[in-house]
Amino acid sequence: MLNAIDKALLEAVADLHDIPQGAYNIRKNGVGINRATTANINIVTKGDKPGIDVFVKPFTKGESVHIPVILSAEGLEDVVYNTFEIGEGSDVLVVAGCGIHNPGSKKSQHDGVHDFYVRKGARMKYVEKHYGQGEGSGEKILNPKTLIEVEEGGVVELEMVQIRGVDRTKRDTQVILHKNARLVVVERLLTYRDQTAESLINVDLVGEDSTAQIISRSVAQDQSRQVFHLNMRGKNRCRGHIQCDSIIMGQAKVSSIPEITAFHSDAQLIHEAAIGKIASEQLTKLMSMGLTEKEAEETILHGFLK
Amino acid sequence: MLKLKDITLSVEGEQGNFNILKNINLSLQKNKIYVITGPNGGGKSSVAKIIMGIYQPTAGEVLFEGQNITGLDITERAKLGIGYAFQNPPRFKGIKVRELLELATGKNKEINLCDLLMDVGLCAQDYLDREVNTSLSGGELKRIEIATIIARNLKLAVFDEPEAGIDLWSFQKLAETFENIHAKYQTTIVIISHQERILKLADEVIIIANGEVAEITSKESFLADIVKRDMDCLCSKVCDKGVIPSAQCNR
Repeated sequence: MLNAIDKALLEAVADLHDIPQGAYNIRKNGVGINRATTANINIVTKGDKPGIDVFVKPFTKGESVHIPVILSAEGLEDVVYNTFEIGEGSDVLVVAGCGIHNPGSKKSQHDGVHDFYVRKGARMKYVEKHYGQGEGSGEKILNPKTLIEVEEGGVVELEMVQIRGVDRTKRDTQVILHKNARLVVVERLLTYRDQTAESLINVDLVGEDSTAQIISRSVAQDQSRQVFHLNMRGKNRCRGHIQCDSIIMGQAKVSSIPEITAFHSDAQLIHEAAIGKIASEQLTKLMSMGLTEKEAEETILHGFLK
Repeated sequence: MLKLKDITLSVEGEQGNFNILKNINLSLQKNKIYVITGPNGGGKSSVAKIIMGIYQPTAGEVLFEGQNITGLDITERAKLGIGYAFQNPPRFKGIKVRELLELATGKNKEINLCDLLMDVGLCAQDYLDREVNTSLSGGELKRIEIATIIARNLKLAVFDEPEAGIDLWSFQKLAETFENIHAKYQTTIVIISHQERILKLADEVIIIANGEVAEITSKESFLADIVKRDMDCLCSKVCDKGVIPSAQCNR
Protein backbone atom coordinates (compact mmCIF):
# COMPACT_ATOMS: atom_id res chain seq x y z
CA MET A 1 0.00 0.00 0.00
CA LEU A 2 1.05 3.57 -0.59
CA ASN A 3 1.54 5.83 2.42
CA ALA A 4 1.81 9.63 2.45
CA ILE A 5 5.57 9.61 1.82
CA ASP A 6 5.17 7.21 -1.09
CA LYS A 7 2.49 9.41 -2.61
CA ALA A 8 4.68 12.50 -2.25
CA LEU A 9 7.55 10.71 -3.99
CA LEU A 10 5.29 9.49 -6.79
CA GLU A 11 3.97 12.98 -7.34
CA ALA A 12 7.50 14.38 -7.53
CA VAL A 13 8.92 11.82 -9.96
CA ALA A 14 5.92 10.86 -12.06
CA ASP A 15 3.31 13.61 -11.50
CA LEU A 16 1.08 10.92 -10.05
CA HIS A 17 -1.52 11.93 -7.49
CA ASP A 18 -2.92 8.42 -7.33
CA ILE A 19 -2.77 5.13 -9.16
CA PRO A 20 -2.19 6.01 -12.83
CA GLN A 21 -4.44 5.28 -15.77
CA GLY A 22 -3.32 2.64 -18.23
CA ALA A 23 -0.39 0.29 -17.74
CA TYR A 24 1.86 0.71 -14.75
CA ASN A 25 4.28 -1.02 -12.42
CA ILE A 26 5.16 0.58 -9.11
CA ARG A 27 8.28 -0.69 -7.38
CA LYS A 28 8.84 0.11 -3.71
CA ASN A 29 11.93 -0.78 -1.71
CA GLY A 30 13.02 -3.40 -4.23
CA VAL A 31 9.66 -5.10 -4.67
CA GLY A 32 6.90 -4.62 -7.23
CA ILE A 33 3.81 -3.58 -5.27
CA ASN A 34 1.28 -2.63 -7.89
CA ARG A 35 0.83 -3.45 -11.54
CA ALA A 36 -1.74 -3.08 -14.29
CA THR A 37 -1.66 -4.01 -17.95
CA THR A 38 -3.87 -3.11 -20.87
CA ALA A 39 -4.95 -4.88 -24.04
CA ASN A 40 -2.02 -3.30 -25.85
CA ILE A 41 0.64 -3.06 -23.17
CA ASN A 42 1.81 -6.08 -21.23
CA ILE A 43 4.23 -6.16 -18.29
CA VAL A 44 6.00 -9.37 -17.32
CA THR A 45 8.38 -10.01 -14.41
CA LYS A 46 11.85 -11.10 -15.53
CA GLY A 47 12.79 -14.64 -14.61
CA ASP A 48 16.57 -14.30 -14.43
CA LYS A 49 17.10 -10.99 -12.63
CA PRO A 50 15.11 -8.26 -10.91
CA GLY A 51 13.03 -6.16 -13.26
CA ILE A 52 10.29 -6.27 -15.85
CA ASP A 53 9.75 -6.67 -19.58
CA VAL A 54 7.29 -4.22 -21.10
CA PHE A 55 5.71 -5.12 -24.43
CA VAL A 56 3.89 -2.45 -26.44
CA LYS A 57 1.92 -4.00 -29.31
CA PRO A 58 2.57 -2.65 -32.81
CA PHE A 59 0.46 0.38 -33.77
CA THR A 60 -0.60 1.13 -30.19
CA LYS A 61 -1.41 4.84 -30.10
CA GLY A 62 -1.86 7.34 -27.31
CA GLU A 63 -1.21 4.98 -24.38
CA SER A 64 1.21 5.35 -21.49
CA VAL A 65 3.26 3.18 -19.15
CA HIS A 66 4.26 4.41 -15.70
CA ILE A 67 7.08 2.52 -13.99
CA PRO A 68 8.14 4.65 -11.01
CA VAL A 69 10.48 3.39 -8.32
CA ILE A 70 10.38 4.60 -4.74
CA LEU A 71 12.77 3.90 -1.90
CA SER A 72 11.58 4.96 1.51
CA ALA A 73 13.99 3.23 3.89
CA GLU A 74 17.66 3.72 4.71
CA GLY A 75 20.36 1.27 3.73
CA LEU A 76 18.65 -0.05 0.58
CA GLU A 77 20.63 -0.89 -2.55
CA ASP A 78 18.15 -1.64 -5.30
CA VAL A 79 19.18 -2.74 -8.78
CA VAL A 80 16.58 -3.22 -11.48
CA TYR A 81 16.74 -4.27 -15.14
CA ASN A 82 13.82 -3.22 -17.31
CA THR A 83 13.41 -4.01 -21.00
CA PHE A 84 10.97 -2.27 -23.32
CA GLU A 85 9.75 -3.51 -26.68
CA ILE A 86 8.05 -0.56 -28.38
CA GLY A 87 6.15 -2.12 -31.29
CA GLU A 88 6.25 -0.95 -34.89
CA GLY A 89 4.20 2.15 -35.65
CA SER A 90 3.19 2.72 -32.04
CA ASP A 91 3.14 6.08 -30.24
CA VAL A 92 3.52 5.87 -26.45
CA LEU A 93 4.61 7.72 -23.35
CA VAL A 94 6.86 5.99 -20.83
CA VAL A 95 7.15 7.67 -17.43
CA ALA A 96 9.88 6.31 -15.20
CA GLY A 97 11.58 8.19 -12.41
CA CYS A 98 12.85 7.38 -8.97
CA GLY A 99 12.28 9.04 -5.66
CA ILE A 100 14.25 8.30 -2.50
CA HIS A 101 13.15 9.19 1.00
CA ASN A 102 16.09 8.42 3.26
CA PRO A 103 15.30 9.04 6.93
CA GLY A 104 18.49 7.47 8.32
CA SER A 105 22.27 7.65 8.25
CA LYS A 106 22.97 4.79 5.82
CA LYS A 107 22.97 5.42 2.11
CA SER A 108 20.07 4.44 -0.13
CA GLN A 109 20.86 3.64 -3.75
CA HIS A 110 18.92 2.75 -6.86
CA ASP A 111 20.58 1.61 -10.08
CA GLY A 112 18.13 1.32 -12.95
CA VAL A 113 19.20 -0.29 -16.22
CA HIS A 114 16.67 0.30 -19.00
CA ASP A 115 16.89 -1.29 -22.45
CA PHE A 116 14.62 0.08 -25.17
CA TYR A 117 13.96 -1.37 -28.60
CA VAL A 118 11.99 1.18 -30.58
CA ARG A 119 10.77 -0.56 -33.68
CA LYS A 120 10.22 0.74 -37.21
CA GLY A 121 8.23 3.97 -37.36
CA ALA A 122 7.44 3.96 -33.63
CA ARG A 123 7.44 7.08 -31.45
CA MET A 124 8.31 7.07 -27.78
CA LYS A 125 8.53 9.86 -25.26
CA TYR A 126 10.46 8.81 -22.18
CA VAL A 127 10.28 10.96 -19.05
CA GLU A 128 12.63 10.21 -16.17
CA LYS A 129 12.68 12.35 -13.05
CA HIS A 130 14.93 11.84 -10.05
CA TYR A 131 14.31 13.25 -6.62
CA GLY A 132 15.60 12.80 -3.09
CA GLN A 133 14.29 13.86 0.31
CA GLY A 134 14.57 12.93 3.97
CA GLU A 135 16.19 14.47 7.00
CA GLY A 136 18.72 11.71 7.57
CA SER A 137 22.42 12.09 6.80
CA GLY A 138 22.44 8.96 4.61
CA GLU A 139 23.26 9.64 0.99
CA LYS A 140 20.66 9.34 -1.74
CA ILE A 141 22.25 7.83 -4.84
CA LEU A 142 20.68 7.26 -8.25
CA ASN A 143 22.55 5.71 -11.16
CA PRO A 144 20.43 5.29 -14.31
CA LYS A 145 21.71 3.44 -17.36
CA THR A 146 19.59 3.86 -20.48
CA LEU A 147 20.27 1.90 -23.67
CA ILE A 148 18.14 2.68 -26.71
CA GLU A 149 18.11 1.35 -30.25
CA VAL A 150 15.82 3.14 -32.69
CA GLU A 151 14.90 1.41 -35.91
CA GLU A 152 14.13 3.03 -39.27
CA GLY A 153 11.88 6.07 -39.01
CA GLY A 154 11.56 5.80 -35.25
CA VAL A 155 11.37 8.88 -33.06
CA VAL A 156 12.53 9.06 -29.46
CA GLU A 157 12.23 12.01 -27.12
CA LEU A 158 14.01 11.77 -23.78
CA GLU A 159 13.29 14.14 -20.93
CA MET A 160 15.68 13.44 -18.08
CA VAL A 161 15.43 15.62 -15.02
CA GLN A 162 17.20 15.60 -11.68
CA ILE A 163 14.89 17.79 -9.64
CA ARG A 164 16.75 18.04 -6.32
CA GLY A 165 17.93 16.09 -3.30
CA VAL A 166 20.11 13.53 -5.12
CA ASP A 167 23.55 13.38 -3.50
CA ARG A 168 25.38 11.30 -6.10
CA THR A 169 24.46 10.31 -9.61
CA LYS A 170 26.18 8.68 -12.58
CA ARG A 171 23.96 8.81 -15.61
CA ASP A 172 24.85 6.69 -18.62
CA THR A 173 22.77 7.03 -21.80
CA GLN A 174 23.63 5.16 -25.01
CA VAL A 175 21.56 5.55 -28.20
CA ILE A 176 21.87 3.94 -31.64
CA LEU A 177 19.91 5.55 -34.46
CA HIS A 178 19.15 3.74 -37.71
CA LYS A 179 17.88 5.13 -41.03
CA ASN A 180 15.69 8.23 -40.70
CA ALA A 181 15.51 7.78 -36.95
CA ARG A 182 15.27 10.89 -34.81
CA LEU A 183 16.35 11.59 -31.23
CA VAL A 184 15.76 14.59 -29.00
CA VAL A 185 17.32 14.57 -25.54
CA VAL A 186 16.53 17.24 -22.99
CA GLU A 187 18.53 16.88 -19.79
CA ARG A 188 18.03 19.15 -16.77
CA LEU A 189 20.13 18.82 -13.67
CA LEU A 190 20.43 20.69 -10.37
CA THR A 191 23.08 20.05 -7.75
CA TYR A 192 23.85 21.87 -4.50
CA ARG A 193 25.72 21.45 -1.19
CA ASP A 194 28.44 18.82 -1.90
CA GLN A 195 26.41 16.78 -4.38
CA THR A 196 28.08 15.28 -7.44
CA ALA A 197 26.61 14.46 -10.84
CA GLU A 198 28.17 12.86 -13.87
CA SER A 199 26.34 12.45 -17.15
CA LEU A 200 27.60 10.44 -20.10
CA ILE A 201 25.55 10.49 -23.29
CA ASN A 202 26.75 8.58 -26.37
CA VAL A 203 24.76 8.79 -29.59
CA ASP A 204 25.69 6.75 -32.66
CA LEU A 205 24.09 8.05 -35.85
CA VAL A 206 24.39 4.85 -37.84
CA GLY A 207 21.57 5.19 -40.36
CA GLU A 208 21.25 7.47 -43.36
CA ASP A 209 19.45 10.75 -42.58
CA SER A 210 19.27 10.05 -38.88
CA THR A 211 19.18 13.15 -36.67
CA ALA A 212 19.92 13.85 -33.04
CA GLN A 213 19.66 16.86 -30.80
CA ILE A 214 20.92 16.94 -27.22
CA ILE A 215 20.07 19.88 -25.01
CA SER A 216 21.67 19.72 -21.59
CA ARG A 217 21.10 22.44 -19.01
CA SER A 218 22.39 22.38 -15.49
CA VAL A 219 22.76 24.53 -12.41
CA ALA A 220 25.59 23.84 -9.96
CA GLN A 221 25.32 25.59 -6.60
CA ASP A 222 27.35 25.70 -3.39
CA GLN A 223 30.28 23.21 -3.49
CA SER A 224 28.66 20.74 -5.87
CA ARG A 225 30.45 19.12 -8.82
CA GLN A 226 29.16 18.25 -12.28
CA VAL A 227 30.79 16.53 -15.24
CA PHE A 228 29.18 16.14 -18.67
CA HIS A 229 30.53 13.91 -21.44
CA LEU A 230 28.31 14.37 -24.48
CA ASN A 231 29.49 12.35 -27.41
CA MET A 232 28.01 12.10 -30.90
CA ARG A 233 29.37 9.89 -33.70
CA GLY A 234 28.15 10.37 -37.28
CA LYS A 235 28.60 7.16 -39.25
CA ASN A 236 26.41 8.02 -42.24
CA ARG A 237 24.75 11.04 -43.86
CA CYS A 238 23.25 12.52 -40.71
CA ARG A 239 22.82 15.63 -38.59
CA GLY A 240 23.56 16.10 -34.92
CA HIS A 241 23.60 19.01 -32.52
CA ILE A 242 24.80 19.13 -28.91
CA GLN A 243 24.01 22.15 -26.76
CA CYS A 244 25.33 22.06 -23.22
CA ASP A 245 24.74 25.07 -20.94
CA SER A 246 25.53 25.35 -17.26
CA ILE A 247 25.03 28.04 -14.67
CA ILE A 248 27.67 27.96 -11.99
CA MET A 249 27.21 29.48 -8.54
CA GLY A 250 29.08 29.59 -5.24
CA GLN A 251 32.17 27.38 -5.19
CA ALA A 252 30.76 24.79 -7.57
CA LYS A 253 32.75 23.15 -10.34
CA VAL A 254 31.41 22.15 -13.77
CA SER A 255 33.21 20.30 -16.53
CA SER A 256 31.59 20.05 -19.94
CA ILE A 257 33.29 17.77 -22.43
CA PRO A 258 31.35 17.60 -25.69
CA GLU A 259 32.81 15.37 -28.41
CA ILE A 260 31.71 14.97 -32.01
CA THR A 261 33.25 12.53 -34.45
CA ALA A 262 32.39 12.16 -38.14
CA PHE A 263 33.04 8.85 -39.88
CA HIS A 264 31.25 10.00 -43.06
CA SER A 265 31.79 13.06 -45.25
CA ASP A 266 28.07 13.92 -45.19
CA ALA A 267 27.80 13.91 -41.43
CA GLN A 268 26.97 17.37 -40.06
CA LEU A 269 27.70 17.62 -36.36
CA ILE A 270 27.72 20.68 -34.15
CA HIS A 271 28.52 21.12 -30.51
CA GLU A 272 28.09 24.16 -28.32
CA ALA A 273 29.01 24.37 -24.67
CA ALA A 274 28.83 27.28 -22.26
CA ILE A 275 29.42 27.63 -18.52
CA GLY A 276 28.90 30.88 -16.68
CA LYS A 277 27.25 32.59 -13.78
CA ILE A 278 23.90 34.38 -14.03
CA ALA A 279 24.42 37.51 -16.12
CA SER A 280 24.15 40.67 -14.03
CA GLU A 281 21.99 42.26 -16.77
CA GLN A 282 19.43 39.48 -16.30
CA LEU A 283 19.23 40.16 -12.56
CA THR A 284 19.08 43.91 -13.13
CA LYS A 285 16.29 43.58 -15.69
CA LEU A 286 14.09 41.52 -13.37
CA MET A 287 14.88 43.73 -10.38
CA SER A 288 13.91 46.76 -12.45
CA MET A 289 10.49 45.11 -12.77
CA GLY A 290 10.14 44.93 -8.97
CA LEU A 291 11.60 41.51 -8.13
CA THR A 292 14.11 41.22 -5.30
CA GLU A 293 17.55 39.89 -6.19
CA LYS A 294 16.64 36.50 -4.70
CA GLU A 295 13.35 36.35 -6.60
CA ALA A 296 15.14 37.37 -9.79
CA GLU A 297 17.74 34.63 -9.31
CA GLU A 298 15.05 32.00 -8.64
CA THR A 299 13.08 33.11 -11.71
CA ILE A 300 16.16 32.82 -13.93
CA LEU A 301 17.11 29.38 -12.57
CA HIS A 302 13.53 28.10 -12.76
CA GLY A 303 13.26 29.17 -16.40
CA PHE A 304 16.67 27.74 -17.25
CA LEU A 305 15.86 24.34 -15.78
CA LYS A 306 12.23 24.20 -16.88
CA MET B 1 9.08 64.83 -9.58
CA LEU B 2 12.74 63.77 -9.91
CA LYS B 3 15.76 65.77 -8.90
CA LEU B 4 19.41 64.96 -9.39
CA LYS B 5 21.47 67.13 -7.04
CA ASP B 6 25.20 67.52 -7.63
CA ILE B 7 25.53 63.97 -8.93
CA THR B 8 29.09 62.83 -9.46
CA LEU B 9 30.08 59.38 -10.65
CA SER B 10 33.73 58.40 -10.48
CA VAL B 11 35.61 55.27 -11.41
CA GLU B 12 39.14 54.29 -10.54
CA GLY B 13 41.46 54.28 -13.51
CA GLU B 14 45.15 53.59 -14.00
CA GLN B 15 45.84 57.31 -13.70
CA GLY B 16 43.67 57.92 -10.65
CA ASN B 17 39.98 58.66 -10.38
CA PHE B 18 38.04 59.52 -13.52
CA ASN B 19 34.76 61.42 -13.34
CA ILE B 20 32.13 59.96 -15.67
CA LEU B 21 29.58 62.47 -14.35
CA LYS B 22 30.44 65.83 -12.79
CA ASN B 23 27.97 67.76 -10.62
CA ILE B 24 24.89 66.88 -12.61
CA ASN B 25 21.84 68.91 -11.57
CA LEU B 26 18.51 68.15 -13.16
CA SER B 27 14.91 68.74 -12.18
CA LEU B 28 12.30 66.73 -14.07
CA GLN B 29 8.65 67.73 -13.88
CA LYS B 30 5.69 65.36 -13.73
CA ASN B 31 4.02 64.32 -16.99
CA LYS B 32 6.67 65.69 -19.30
CA ILE B 33 8.86 64.10 -21.94
CA TYR B 34 12.60 64.70 -21.71
CA VAL B 35 15.12 63.69 -24.31
CA ILE B 36 18.73 63.43 -23.19
CA THR B 37 21.12 63.75 -26.09
CA GLY B 38 24.78 64.49 -26.66
CA PRO B 39 27.97 62.91 -27.98
CA ASN B 40 28.77 59.24 -27.45
CA GLY B 41 30.61 58.61 -24.21
CA GLY B 42 29.35 61.88 -22.74
CA GLY B 43 27.54 60.27 -19.80
CA LYS B 44 23.92 60.00 -21.01
CA SER B 45 23.45 56.31 -20.17
CA SER B 46 25.19 56.80 -16.83
CA VAL B 47 22.56 59.39 -15.88
CA ALA B 48 19.81 56.92 -16.80
CA LYS B 49 21.42 54.19 -14.70
CA ILE B 50 21.81 56.56 -11.75
CA ILE B 51 18.06 57.26 -11.93
CA MET B 52 17.22 53.51 -11.89
CA GLY B 53 19.75 52.72 -9.16
CA ILE B 54 21.90 50.53 -11.38
CA TYR B 55 24.81 52.86 -10.64
CA GLN B 56 25.28 54.43 -7.23
CA PRO B 57 26.62 57.99 -7.41
CA THR B 58 29.95 58.78 -5.79
CA ALA B 59 28.44 62.04 -4.53
CA GLY B 60 25.13 63.82 -4.72
CA GLU B 61 21.48 62.94 -4.13
CA VAL B 62 18.56 61.54 -6.09
CA LEU B 63 15.13 62.78 -4.98
CA PHE B 64 11.89 61.24 -6.24
CA GLU B 65 8.58 62.84 -5.32
CA GLY B 66 10.38 64.59 -2.46
CA GLN B 67 11.90 61.38 -1.08
CA ASN B 68 15.64 60.89 -0.99
CA ILE B 69 16.07 57.61 -2.88
CA THR B 70 19.87 57.75 -3.26
CA GLY B 71 20.33 54.72 -1.01
CA LEU B 72 17.48 52.67 -2.49
CA ASP B 73 18.33 49.69 -4.69
CA ILE B 74 16.85 48.84 -8.09
CA THR B 75 13.95 46.81 -6.68
CA GLU B 76 12.93 49.52 -4.23
CA ARG B 77 12.97 52.15 -6.95
CA ALA B 78 10.97 49.87 -9.25
CA LYS B 79 8.34 49.56 -6.53
CA LEU B 80 8.12 53.36 -6.37
CA GLY B 81 7.14 53.41 -10.05
CA ILE B 82 10.45 53.95 -11.79
CA GLY B 83 11.35 51.82 -14.81
CA TYR B 84 14.27 51.44 -17.17
CA ALA B 85 14.39 50.03 -20.69
CA PHE B 86 17.79 48.63 -21.56
CA GLN B 87 19.74 49.70 -24.63
CA ASN B 88 20.74 46.04 -25.04
CA PRO B 89 18.05 43.99 -23.29
CA PRO B 90 19.21 40.66 -21.82
CA ARG B 91 17.97 37.34 -23.13
CA PHE B 92 16.58 34.60 -20.86
CA LYS B 93 16.87 30.92 -21.74
CA GLY B 94 13.70 29.08 -20.79
CA ILE B 95 11.61 32.17 -20.03
CA LYS B 96 8.82 32.88 -22.47
CA VAL B 97 7.70 36.32 -23.64
CA ARG B 98 4.39 35.67 -21.90
CA GLU B 99 6.16 34.98 -18.58
CA LEU B 100 8.35 38.06 -18.84
CA LEU B 101 5.33 40.26 -19.51
CA GLU B 102 3.43 38.64 -16.63
CA LEU B 103 6.32 39.49 -14.31
CA ALA B 104 6.22 43.05 -15.60
CA THR B 105 2.50 43.38 -14.97
CA GLY B 106 2.85 41.90 -11.48
CA LYS B 107 0.56 39.11 -12.75
CA ASN B 108 -2.26 41.63 -13.10
CA LYS B 109 -4.76 39.64 -15.16
CA GLU B 110 -6.60 42.79 -16.19
CA ILE B 111 -3.72 43.76 -18.44
CA ASN B 112 -4.00 42.09 -21.82
CA LEU B 113 -0.59 40.77 -22.87
CA CYS B 114 -1.58 40.69 -26.52
CA ASP B 115 -2.42 44.39 -26.40
CA LEU B 116 1.01 45.13 -24.94
CA LEU B 117 2.73 43.43 -27.84
CA MET B 118 0.41 45.04 -30.36
CA ASP B 119 1.38 48.41 -28.88
CA VAL B 120 4.98 47.78 -29.91
CA GLY B 121 4.12 46.45 -33.35
CA LEU B 122 4.41 42.72 -32.71
CA CYS B 123 1.75 40.22 -33.73
CA ALA B 124 0.96 38.89 -30.28
CA GLN B 125 0.09 35.23 -30.84
CA ASP B 126 3.32 34.71 -32.75
CA TYR B 127 5.41 35.88 -29.82
CA LEU B 128 3.77 35.09 -26.49
CA ASP B 129 4.98 31.50 -26.37
CA ARG B 130 8.44 32.17 -27.75
CA GLU B 131 11.41 32.12 -25.43
CA VAL B 132 13.25 35.37 -24.76
CA ASN B 133 16.41 33.83 -26.20
CA THR B 134 18.60 34.06 -29.28
CA SER B 135 15.73 33.03 -31.55
CA LEU B 136 14.50 36.63 -31.26
CA SER B 137 16.15 39.29 -33.39
CA GLY B 138 17.64 42.37 -31.75
CA GLY B 139 14.70 44.46 -32.97
CA GLU B 140 12.11 42.01 -31.66
CA LEU B 141 13.85 41.89 -28.29
CA LYS B 142 13.95 45.67 -28.14
CA ARG B 143 10.22 45.93 -28.77
CA ILE B 144 9.48 43.32 -26.10
CA GLU B 145 11.67 45.34 -23.73
CA ILE B 146 9.53 48.41 -24.39
CA ALA B 147 6.38 46.31 -23.85
CA THR B 148 7.65 45.37 -20.37
CA ILE B 149 7.83 49.08 -19.57
CA ILE B 150 4.34 49.81 -20.90
CA ALA B 151 3.06 46.88 -18.82
CA ARG B 152 4.12 48.51 -15.58
CA ASN B 153 2.06 51.71 -15.73
CA LEU B 154 5.01 53.69 -14.37
CA LYS B 155 5.36 57.14 -12.89
CA LEU B 156 8.78 57.58 -14.49
CA ALA B 157 10.08 55.56 -17.44
CA VAL B 158 13.63 55.83 -18.71
CA PHE B 159 14.43 54.53 -22.20
CA ASP B 160 18.08 54.09 -23.12
CA GLU B 161 18.44 54.54 -26.90
CA PRO B 162 15.16 52.79 -27.71
CA GLU B 163 15.56 53.29 -31.46
CA ALA B 164 18.85 51.34 -31.66
CA GLY B 165 18.29 48.11 -33.60
CA ILE B 166 14.77 49.01 -34.69
CA ASP B 167 13.97 49.27 -38.39
CA LEU B 168 12.63 52.46 -39.94
CA TRP B 169 9.00 51.33 -40.20
CA SER B 170 8.92 50.24 -36.57
CA PHE B 171 10.70 53.41 -35.59
CA GLN B 172 7.71 55.49 -36.69
CA LYS B 173 5.53 53.22 -34.57
CA LEU B 174 7.95 53.63 -31.67
CA ALA B 175 7.51 57.39 -31.59
CA GLU B 176 3.74 56.88 -31.51
CA THR B 177 4.19 54.40 -28.67
CA PHE B 178 5.90 57.03 -26.52
CA GLU B 179 3.14 59.51 -27.24
CA ASN B 180 0.53 56.89 -26.32
CA ILE B 181 2.23 55.92 -23.04
CA HIS B 182 2.52 59.56 -22.13
CA ALA B 183 -1.12 60.31 -22.96
CA LYS B 184 -2.58 57.13 -21.45
CA TYR B 185 -0.64 56.83 -18.19
CA GLN B 186 0.66 60.37 -17.64
CA THR B 187 4.08 58.79 -17.30
CA THR B 188 7.06 61.10 -17.10
CA ILE B 189 9.36 59.89 -19.85
CA VAL B 190 13.10 60.23 -20.21
CA ILE B 191 14.49 59.08 -23.54
CA ILE B 192 18.14 58.89 -24.40
CA SER B 193 18.31 59.41 -28.12
CA HIS B 194 19.96 61.08 -31.06
CA GLN B 195 16.99 60.75 -33.39
CA GLU B 196 15.23 63.86 -34.67
CA ARG B 197 11.82 62.13 -34.64
CA ILE B 198 12.30 61.34 -30.93
CA LEU B 199 13.68 64.80 -30.22
CA LYS B 200 10.47 66.23 -31.64
CA LEU B 201 8.53 64.52 -28.82
CA ALA B 202 10.49 66.34 -26.14
CA ASP B 203 9.15 69.04 -23.88
CA GLU B 204 12.79 69.69 -23.01
CA VAL B 205 16.06 68.57 -24.51
CA ILE B 206 18.96 67.96 -22.12
CA ILE B 207 22.40 67.94 -23.69
CA ILE B 208 25.03 66.03 -21.76
CA ALA B 209 28.65 66.20 -22.86
CA ASN B 210 31.89 65.36 -21.06
CA GLY B 211 29.93 64.22 -18.02
CA GLU B 212 28.21 67.57 -17.55
CA VAL B 213 24.89 69.14 -18.39
CA ALA B 214 25.93 71.32 -21.31
CA GLU B 215 22.52 72.80 -21.99
CA ILE B 216 18.82 72.41 -21.26
CA THR B 217 16.72 73.79 -24.04
CA SER B 218 13.42 73.52 -25.87
CA LYS B 219 13.11 71.16 -28.81
CA GLU B 220 12.39 74.10 -31.12
CA SER B 221 15.57 75.85 -30.14
CA PHE B 222 17.61 72.63 -30.28
CA LEU B 223 16.31 71.59 -33.69
CA ALA B 224 16.82 75.12 -35.06
CA ASP B 225 20.44 74.95 -33.88
CA ILE B 226 20.92 71.64 -35.67
CA VAL B 227 19.51 73.07 -38.92
CA LYS B 228 21.74 76.13 -38.59
CA ARG B 229 24.80 73.97 -37.90
CA ASP B 230 24.00 71.80 -40.94
CA MET B 231 23.58 74.87 -43.12
CA ASP B 232 26.86 76.38 -41.87
CA CYS B 233 28.61 73.14 -42.59
CA LEU B 234 27.09 72.92 -46.08
CA CYS B 235 28.00 76.52 -46.88
CA SER B 236 31.53 75.92 -45.66
CA LYS B 237 31.93 72.92 -47.97
CA VAL B 238 30.50 74.85 -50.94
CA CYS B 239 32.90 77.73 -50.32
CA ASP B 240 35.88 75.40 -49.88
CA LYS B 241 35.19 73.81 -53.26
CA GLY B 242 35.06 77.25 -54.95
CA VAL B 243 31.48 76.82 -56.17
CA ILE B 244 30.76 80.29 -54.81
CA PRO B 245 33.26 83.11 -55.31
CA SER B 246 35.27 83.57 -52.15
CA ALA B 247 34.07 87.14 -51.83
CA GLN B 248 30.51 85.89 -51.37
CA CYS B 249 31.47 83.41 -48.65
CA ASN B 250 30.51 84.82 -45.31
CA ARG B 251 32.03 82.63 -42.62
